[in-house]
Amino acid sequence: MISPDMDSKTLTQSTNASERPLLQVSGLSVDLALPAGALHAVQSIDFSVKAGETFCIVGESGCGKTMTSLALMRLLPRSAKITANRLEFEGQDLLKLSEKQMAELRGDRLGMIFQDPMTSLNPVYTIGNQMEEVYLRHRKASRKEARERAEYMLQRVGIMSPALRMQQFPHQLSGGLRQRVMIAMTLMCEPRLIIADEPTTALDVTVQVQILQLLIKLQKEFGMAIILITHNLGIVARMADRLAVMYAGKIVETGTGLDVFRHPRHPYTKGLLSCIPTHASQRQNESIADRRLGSIPGLVPSLIGEIKGCSFRNRCQWAQPDCASTNLDLREASTGHSYRCLIDAKSGISPTAEAAL
Amino acid sequence: MSVQTPSALGDDVIAPSPREEMRRRAKKHVGLIFGGIIVMAVILAAIFAPLLAPYDPYDQDLTKRLIDPVWKTGNWAHILGTDGLGRDYLSRLIYGSRISLIVGFGAAIIAGTLGSIIGLMGGYFGGRVDSFVVYLINVKLALPGLLIALSLVSIVGGSVTALVLILGFLTWDRYAVVTRSVAQQVRSNDFITAARAVGASQTRIIIGELLPNVMNQIIVIASLEIAIVILIEAALSFLGLGIKPPEPSWGLMISEARNFMFFKPHLIAIPGFAIFLLVIAINMAGDGLRDVTAPEGRN
Repeated sequence: MISPDMDSKTLTQSTNASERPLLQVSGLSVDLALPAGALHAVQSIDFSVKAGETFCIVGESGCGKTMTSLALMRLLPRSAKITANRLEFEGQDLLKLSEKQMAELRGDRLGMIFQDPMTSLNPVYTIGNQMEEVYLRHRKASRKEARERAEYMLQRVGIMSPALRMQQFPHQLSGGLRQRVMIAMTLMCEPRLIIADEPTTALDVTVQVQILQLLIKLQKEFGMAIILITHNLGIVARMADRLAVMYAGKIVETGTGLDVFRHPRHPYTKGLLSCIPTHASQRQNESIADRRLGSIPGLVPSLIGEIKGCSFRNRCQWAQPDCASTNLDLREASTGHSYRCLIDAKSGISPTAEAAL
Repeated sequence: MSVQTPSALGDDVIAPSPREEMRRRAKKHVGLIFGGIIVMAVILAAIFAPLLAPYDPYDQDLTKRLIDPVWKTGNWAHILGTDGLGRDYLSRLIYGSRISLIVGFGAAIIAGTLGSIIGLMGGYFGGRVDSFVVYLINVKLALPGLLIALSLVSIVGGSVTALVLILGFLTWDRYAVVTRSVAQQVRSNDFITAARAVGASQTRIIIGELLPNVMNQIIVIASLEIAIVILIEAALSFLGLGIKPPEPSWGLMISEARNFMFFKPHLIAIPGFAIFLLVIAINMAGDGLRDVTAPEGRN
């Protein structure tokens, strides 16, 4: 189990510090058995989400973001082994629930929005039919009540002629419209927590903004918490109350949006931030060479087998010999802002690293 | 894929529904219309056989043996003549369609249900379940189907029920192979995970999400398998191991006409042509059905 002082570390500051978190995760690991050996997709991560807040999980592809979200919903295939010291949602231990109890929870208290709206709706049923099914599954309602509910929800997500849309099939709708439908469907039973796994990645940029604004608006209306998984830091900056940066299955930095963006501690976070294009007006003093968009060289390492030391060291310009041998815990930079790096907490960058800059 | 502009959100632009599109394609498909009409005609003839048949198909009259059809005699009493036992050939032909259709559709329903369940389970669950399913299919494919049908019929006897059951349990492999591979494709779609994410159970997903997506393929295979089963039934009956006399099976009619082959060839030609027509009509209709429901599969 977990010590009280560790608890206080995971429960970082928020508007409602006294409240018990909606979702509490500690020591969550996901291992996949592969012919080549065990793949440690997620390695002992801790975080908590409070009612009504937005928690972002950021990282590049293959960092375990989606694995984390699927583990929370318990939607991973049986071959994936999920272990956790604690995986509590509304005080219920999710790992102890039977598959049937879990199914009761999914779609009712716990919702999920998927990345690709093109494939996440069943092509053989009408929109209305699919939405009604969700409501009928979890509420004792008549077909008529479910239809009214679906119509109401479609209105809430900004679809103008819900009655017409409900009779249509998914292929008759555009990507943005389908994602709205997915959001409306997830909201049918007003879940307390929505896990949105890259909800805008498959959409074009103008629609992305609309969908994000819609999510923010609906979050205010329905007061649900959102776990937003993305690799787009622009989205994080706009949405996140708190965030966790994941790298190679571990959380390497976590804190409030403000803390992490203003004072990034982990080299990986800094690397990610340097990958955001800046507006020309902000960099008039830079030389042409400096104007190139930043990138992080290399790839996420293979997660098969035991990994010793910092998994980012091969791509890190500040790497030291110690990085290969030390297995670090999260270090606290300020209240609620912690990171996993040897680099000195106060200066932000170690002296040798400063020289490298 | 259309791009949605904000102003278009409220527009009532209606794309044709899949059903309308199918209907439009069906109207243009010659093979489907031709095959469909013939199949429907045979089905109607089978249903209304007592009304259509001019005589009792079992009624023997040895004084009227081997009468030639109307185009040779000009006598309309027996349009297609009579057989070696003096039974009206047209009546037997009409009643014979019942046996062909019952055996064809009955076996297809049994085989379709069995094969689809096996295939869907394997494709959806994967892993050990799938290995077992593949094993079952391989065993089935290794069995010499016609030989087993022959030996079983000779043991059980050639009633229509026995034939339906035996052929049903011997032709499920193609359904299983196809539904399994389609289920594997469909399973990886997000909407399956999405269905689980809204709390649907495994059975609910297989029946409610997976099955409708493989239904097209099942129907198309069924239409082709029906034709095959009808041919097998005719072959078994011809060999004397299917339907037993005096039932009017088309295959049996050919078999009985064998003795008169050289001086009354129409006795073989007529039921032979009936089998040919029904089988080709079913094949054309099935082919058309595939073109209409899944046009992207063909160019």
